[in-house]
Amino acid sequence: MAAALPAAARPRLGRVLSSALLLRPKLLLALLLVPPLLWLGVVYLGAMLALLVQSFFSIDEFTGLIQRTLTLRTYAELLRPAHLDIILRTAAMAGAVTLASAVVAFPVGYYMARYASGRAKTIFYLAVMLPLWSSYLVRVYAWKLILAKEGIVTWTATELGLEGWLDALLSIPVIGGTALSVSYVGTFTVFVYIWLPYMILPIQAALERVPQSIIDASADLGAPPHRTFRDVILPLAFPGVVAGSIFTFSLTLGDYIIPQIIGSSRLFLGQVVYIQQGTAGNIPLAAAFCVVPIVVMSIYLSVAKRLGAFDAL
Amino acid sequence: MDSAVRFRKVSLRYGRVVALDGIDLAIRSGEFFGILGPSGSGKTSCLRLIAGFDRPTEGEIELHDRPATAVAPYDRDVNTVFQDYALFPHMNVEQNVGFGLMVKGVGRRARRERVGEMLEMVRLEGLGGRRPSELSGGQRQRVALARALVNRPSVLLLDEPLGALDLKLRQQMQVELRALQRTLGITFIFVTHDQGEALSMSDRLAVFNRGRIEQVGTPREIYEQPSTQFAAQFVGDSNIVEQRDAGAASHARGWFSLRPEKVHLSIREPAADGGSVAVMGVVADVQFHGASVRYVVSLSDGRSMTAVAGNLGSRAEASDVGPGDRVWLNWRFEDLHRLRDPEGA
Repeated sequence: MAAALPAAARPRLGRVLSSALLLRPKLLLALLLVPPLLWLGVVYLGAMLALLVQSFFSIDEFTGLIQRTLTLRTYAELLRPAHLDIILRTAAMAGAVTLASAVVAFPVGYYMARYASGRAKTIFYLAVMLPLWSSYLVRVYAWKLILAKEGIVTWTATELGLEGWLDALLSIPVIGGTALSVSYVGTFTVFVYIWLPYMILPIQAALERVPQSIIDASADLGAPPHRTFRDVILPLAFPGVVAGSIFTFSLTLGDYIIPQIIGSSRLFLGQVVYIQQGTAGNIPLAAAFCVVPIVVMSIYLSVAKRLGAFDAL
Repeated sequence: MDSAVRFRKVSLRYGRVVALDGIDLAIRSGEFFGILGPSGSGKTSCLRLIAGFDRPTEGEIELHDRPATAVAPYDRDVNTVFQDYALFPHMNVEQNVGFGLMVKGVGRRARRERVGEMLEMVRLEGLGGRRPSELSGGQRQRVALARALVNRPSVLLLDEPLGALDLKLRQQMQVELRALQRTLGITFIFVTHDQGEALSMSDRLAVFNRGRIEQVGTPREIYEQPSTQFAAQFVGDSNIVEQRDAGAASHARGWFSLRPEKVHLSIREPAADGGSVAVMGVVADVQFHGASVRYVVSLSDGRSMTAVAGNLGSRAEASDVGPGDRVWLNWRFEDLHRLRDPEGA
């Protein structure tokens, strides 16, 4: 007994700490949460706030200096036809990309969640994730070659005798152009390709959570497959689609590299921000443009909530 | 005789795994049919084939004497109460119950009326607006039942529907289900691994083991005349007795089932009697079950036998028998039942 006492009398530091924390669970929580909250609060929210404040400043058109008095002049500038055009073009592209991603991603996610097992599932996961491991720039430049006038798409279309169709597509006003790589169709294609994994994974995760018995129950109650899909599978997968669309929509709204490399010379939101804060040196206008995606996303999320996207969560 | 469900040489295999192996079965119209077996015995596979979720690898299934093997689940006049209830989480109780009517195109008003009747029948009036997640297990079970019955199916399948309920609720639901089946006159096919439930609820039952049917019959037939060792030991408790104990009851070699409650335990040697056998042994264990007491007795040849006696209190002859005591077991030849299996225990 006596020999055991000294060890008990001098417990190790780790023990002291762990029992101190055991008795003060709130302290433990604080220790765990303070570093990430500082990071989020100061670095991220702080930057956002600075951005927001900047957007209420304006620029002196003669001197090019920033006037640090609060004004709505910069926001008024957003409403100029040329700027409004950019906002609408970007939002329309983001909407189209989101819709197309959802349509393409759903069958893939469905197959991964409900049919693929073991090896097939691993292969699918790899196939979906693999592009994310390679440089985004490289992939976009690869697409430039694929979609170029001398590229493989045009070549394949010609070999198959489909060049008429390709020309017809490119001759459509607005979305067409002299080649796929310099048209909106090209920009759209690459956007869908690049963001697709962000849509597939949440849809797959949502479908994975739907038990087989619920799908059986629908058939059992007399619903043919298309009704089961519409009334049971789709509503239950909807939160996943919305989660994915938040990625595809907001990423498209903010991206400035893809439209720079592939597409017509008409600008997208991200490019304008890039130009305004860089070469043009108009930080307030760049900041005001940055607020646009935030507002658009807020509207988008509140509409999604209204549609019941988060009910099944 | 009109059969609601008929299996003809039905086998179901998943790759190398044999779930059902050449099943022949006829379930009569309007009966409460129990499917009893341990897990993995093929009973749920059997239900899934009737519902149409799976296709047999071999053999044919008929529903009401019409071939149904190629009929899709949504075209079958069969509804299921799932083991996990499988309620639609994005719909409220009313929408869940009305789902079958909705997909069949029943109008809103007629639907409301029938859903209302169903909710009343399962005593869930006023809960129509709740989500499944806001209900208790027993309530969910009732919703699942209402959702299946609202379609007025000719056959209702129940896959261990009471498994998740606590004992009191389970006993109450057993009585209610039985009463419901009598009122509606629908064929109920009930899967369970609980032999007590199967015996007390079924008109007839099938005992499944390893993808095969061991025996089909009324609860009394199966209990009193088990045809295999498995049936004898899975349904109730049984002593499997070798031919040499069977005495005059047997002419051929074989094995016999002897129910423990038919084994009489006494402290003194019983009087010799031409119709019975008596052996001596030592009590190894006494298990008190309240209404009855179960004695495990080791015989001189190393085997053990079980005897069950009612808890007769002060009237009991052997009430204070404990482990280590020497006792006599005796039973009558007519209580031995010959088993079909060639091999022994």
